[in-house]
Amino acid sequence: MTIAVRLRGVEKRFPRVHALRGIDLDIEPGEFFALLGPNGAGKTTLISILAGLTRASAGSVEIMGFDVTRDYRQARRALGVVPQELVYDPFFTVRETLRLQSGYFGLRRNDDWIDELLANLGLADKADDYTRRLSGGMKRRVLVAQALVHKPPVIVLDEPTAGVDVELRQSLWAFIRRLNLEGHTIVLTTHYLEEAEALCQRVAMLKEGRVVALDRTENLLRAGAERRLLLELDPPELPVFLQSRLKGRDGRRFILDLPDYGDLEVILANLRAAGIGIRDMSLGEADLEEVFLKIMHGSTS
Amino acid sequence: MSGFRTLLYKEILRFWKVLVQTVGAPVLTSLLYLLIFSHVLEDHVQVYPGVHYTAFLMPGLIMMAILQNAFANSSSSLIQSKITGNIVFVLLPPLSYLEFFLAYLIAALVRGFAVGLGVLLVGLFFTDIEMRHPLWILAFALASGTVFACMGILAGIWANQFDNLAAVQNFIIMPLTFLSGVFFSIHSLSPFWQAVSHFNPVFYMIDGFRYGFFGQGDVDPWLGLAVVMPFVLLLSLLTLAMLKSGYKLRH
Repeated sequence: MTIAVRLRGVEKRFPRVHALRGIDLDIEPGEFFALLGPNGAGKTTLISILAGLTRASAGSVEIMGFDVTRDYRQARRALGVVPQELVYDPFFTVRETLRLQSGYFGLRRNDDWIDELLANLGLADKADDYTRRLSGGMKRRVLVAQALVHKPPVIVLDEPTAGVDVELRQSLWAFIRRLNLEGHTIVLTTHYLEEAEALCQRVAMLKEGRVVALDRTENLLRAGAERRLLLELDPPELPVFLQSRLKGRDGRRFILDLPDYGDLEVILANLRAAGIGIRDMSLGEADLEEVFLKIMHGSTS
Repeated sequence: MSGFRTLLYKEILRFWKVLVQTVGAPVLTSLLYLLIFSHVLEDHVQVYPGVHYTAFLMPGLIMMAILQNAFANSSSSLIQSKITGNIVFVLLPPLSYLEFFLAYLIAALVRGFAVGLGVLLVGLFFTDIEMRHPLWILAFALASGTVFACMGILAGIWANQFDNLAAVQNFIIMPLTFLSGVFFSIHSLSPFWQAVSHFNPVFYMIDGFRYGFFGQGDVDPWLGLAVVMPFVLLLSLLTLAMLKSGYKLRH
């Protein structure tokens, strides 16, 4: 099957910034893929290159097998982009905006799909309002609808939930998830790492224009995760056989390293055998945010 | 070409929705010029034998309206889209730079012609005007409108803010159109300024356009066309090259 998004040695030098320093990446069709990184890591530059808004200084980019500069018509037809900025055309209503956007893609009678988009995004009663009169969250929905007028196989969302209320966030994700189940490839950048963790099958982390981590979400969590056992003991002293696991203290609780949950049983048995009571116990599970911070603060070389 | 048609439709719809401002206002401005200048000069100036000054003024005003509004349409549309960011809506779809060029060009011409026609219709209340050579009228309107529409696209893409564009509009476009024989024949100028006028392409645009109405002008209309056409070609190619390069649009 054709790779949905394929990047090879993609570099981008701006006059003052070396924004991308050689990106190689394959995103499979049907994937729900997250592109994470701090501000300035190159996420938006990368998306702009996919969209043809920015031209790579070196390397090649293909969308569904179409080169974004050589076969730009097919590449752009295969791609829907929800831009990060909350942009709109003040001259037009929501329906006019969506009809125009359809026309740019060569779709002249697209009202059935437009109606479906409006209904799914909760915009049906706003169809004849001027986009400029809508709230920020509503404008965001219009942008999502605009990106989908031509039913692109690959959908890129650049920070789609920034500044968006909880309700919209959930309905937006429900809709995007449905599109993903129907076979659309989703590429997402977000600051909300819990969103990426919940939604995305695979994650690439960008730092200073390089991919510093690329794996399935659960692998990243497992590898980066330091699973921990937090124990408050009675008497409050750590027995010798646990000293090697000690990572630190949090008040009266000992923070212990626990790479394997299987060890837990042994630890508990040993404690019981030593006659040490447990006042409080909890397990610390790593989340994507922790992995992210660990990778971002690690060396990139 | 359906993408092109949609972009053209959108560009026309954009100014059509604010018709009072984009067509009404410039027609009124031209009407004011017509009233004031004809009131002051009607009895004192006769440029061509048998042509009233008010009638003489009409083609100049129409041409000035076409040029200024063709420029205004493409330039203001582009700068607004760039500054508000909605230019991405036309950069993301599979539109070629040629489709982009033609859509902005033709919309600018439509706006220019709409205003020009408005000035003509309103002017007819004040003076009779003959149209001896409609083909010359059309030829000069198209060629000259194209030059200014291209300048509008170039300026709109080049400008980073409204102020840049206002500078071009007020310091280049306005003086250029005002001082190129809208209100006078260059034969009324001193020999030095007559000579200078012959290096001004806008002078040929207005003079040739006026020839189409009265059958007389300061220079031969074929010479005028020979001067204007290279500018049409040059500016079209320059604009196409700029759009193709992605200058200030695709970084």
